[in-house]
Amino acid sequence: MPSTNGMTSWAVDLKDMAAIYPFQGWEFFMFVLAFIFWIGWHILQLRVEATEVEHELDADESGDKAREAIDRY
Amino acid sequence: MGNNLDALTTIFTEFYYWVTVVLMFLIHAGFLMYEVGMSRRRNHIHTLMKNVMLIPLVTVSFFLFGWWIYFAFPNGPFIFEGKGIDYAAATGARPWDPAMGTNLSDHINGVFWAAFLLFSWTAASIVSGAVIERIRSGAFWILAVLIGSVAWIIDASWGWHWDGWMVKILGYHDAYASGVIHAIAGGFALGVLLVLGPRLGKFREDGTPRDIPAHNPWMVALGFFMIYTGFWGFYAACNVPIISPEVIDGQITGLTWTATNIYLAPTTLSAITFNFLMSLSGGLMAAYVVSKGDLMWTFSGGLAGIITASAGNDLYHPVQALLIGAVGAWVAYKMHYWVEKKFKIDDAVGAVAVHGYAGFLGVVIAGFVLWGQPSSPYEGYAAINPVGQFIGAIIMFFVLGFLPGWAMAKVLQSFGMLRIPRKVELEGLDFEVNQTYLDAVDEVQRAEKALV
Repeated sequence: MPSTNGMTSWAVDLKDMAAIYPFQGWEFFMFVLAFIFWIGWHILQLRVEATEVEHELDADESGDKAREAIDRY
Repeated sequence: MGNNLDALTTIFTEFYYWVTVVLMFLIHAGFLMYEVGMSRRRNHIHTLMKNVMLIPLVTVSFFLFGWWIYFAFPNGPFIFEGKGIDYAAATGARPWDPAMGTNLSDHINGVFWAAFLLFSWTAASIVSGAVIERIRSGAFWILAVLIGSVAWIIDASWGWHWDGWMVKILGYHDAYASGVIHAIAGGFALGVLLVLGPRLGKFREDGTPRDIPAHNPWMVALGFFMIYTGFWGFYAACNVPIISPEVIDGQITGLTWTATNIYLAPTTLSAITFNFLMSLSGGLMAAYVVSKGDLMWTFSGGLAGIITASAGNDLYHPVQALLIGAVGAWVAYKMHYWVEKKFKIDDAVGAVAVHGYAGFLGVVIAGFVLWGQPSSPYEGYAAINPVGQFIGAIIMFFVLGFLPGWAMAKVLQSFGMLRIPRKVELEGLDFEVNQTYLDAVDEVQRAEKALV
């Protein structure tokens, strides 16, 4: 049976061993995935924050609660 | 110890485990802060004491029989080659054995026992958070001993032991305990919650859930950071720090010494450091977005990220750990609210989701990502595979987690020992303590004023 890291047994000499993570040869593809994940997070976060700010703008039109919050420090 | 190199290796190993135990204390301190931060002011003292007292109770019971279970049960109930309890292998773990005390010929038993014991505390502590503000302390402590000194250590014997039947037959791989600690504790908590019921006021008359917010988010956040820190110690404690191929006695050839996971298969501290941080990051990032920046769920997501990747964090690439952590946090959040709404389960801290569902998922994912890799350095063991991992996850979550939790909660309920009365829940578990405190303050103030 094939294996995701090429190893099917530990009958090896450890001095000859190097990387043992799965899907070796796909490192650049994984780098791209991580890059997309990171950039994608910023895009999503900015959207979430924009919605949150909009909600806060719509709240407390009289300013009473804002004054209470300032009083509480 | 035959020579000075052996002595140095032994004492290094002894010291290594000792340090991990001290670090893991932070997990418990973190759970205490987290639980008290999540509870309401009228329940603080009881919430604190409920969790603190599991420490001595699980410690004593783990000394009396828990440690013996680990070595006695690796064959399961006559599952591996029809074998039963392995009395010979468990000699040395009985409380009356010389190795269970001050013994100059054994430097490892005590620190290894303590490392496992701290895992036991963690398993019980995970359940503790879910049931706050309405369980009787006495009932919880019985449940804590059941999960901490019986259920989890049976699963460790089966699936977290170099000789365990699940490793041999299923190819079960769970290096940092996605299943053997987290899925089982989450499943156990779910079983208890099903019988215990929700806190008064948790659900509206139409059945929709109310949010019961944490009274102190700062305390919750600090508690989480302490849990993260202790988790480092937990990861290190899951490894054998240094061992030669000759001592492993498996298929590894040559003379190169190595660190290994609990199955005695090689890994490195460097690998798990990469993967711990990347899975934490994946979990935090996904949870922040999916929860729209909610404090409790963002921190919980970091934990869920680590937990989901833990089964394979000895072998994953850091990017795999990152993405698996992100998936785990997202699933934990969605599952928590779906189960809460659908089944009216009041899990006060999201423990079932963060530990149970994320742990279950982590075991299953490892079956795909590590498919075909050897589960052990010994010959004849099944390779890691999705079916074995799925069966393993079911055993952890349902068979050894959910069922014992549900059954014991039913027994306690039948004796009227499980839940506090409605009046006590409404006035708060600390009502008497708080009144005594106020009376004492009043008396001291009056006495001091009289002296002015």
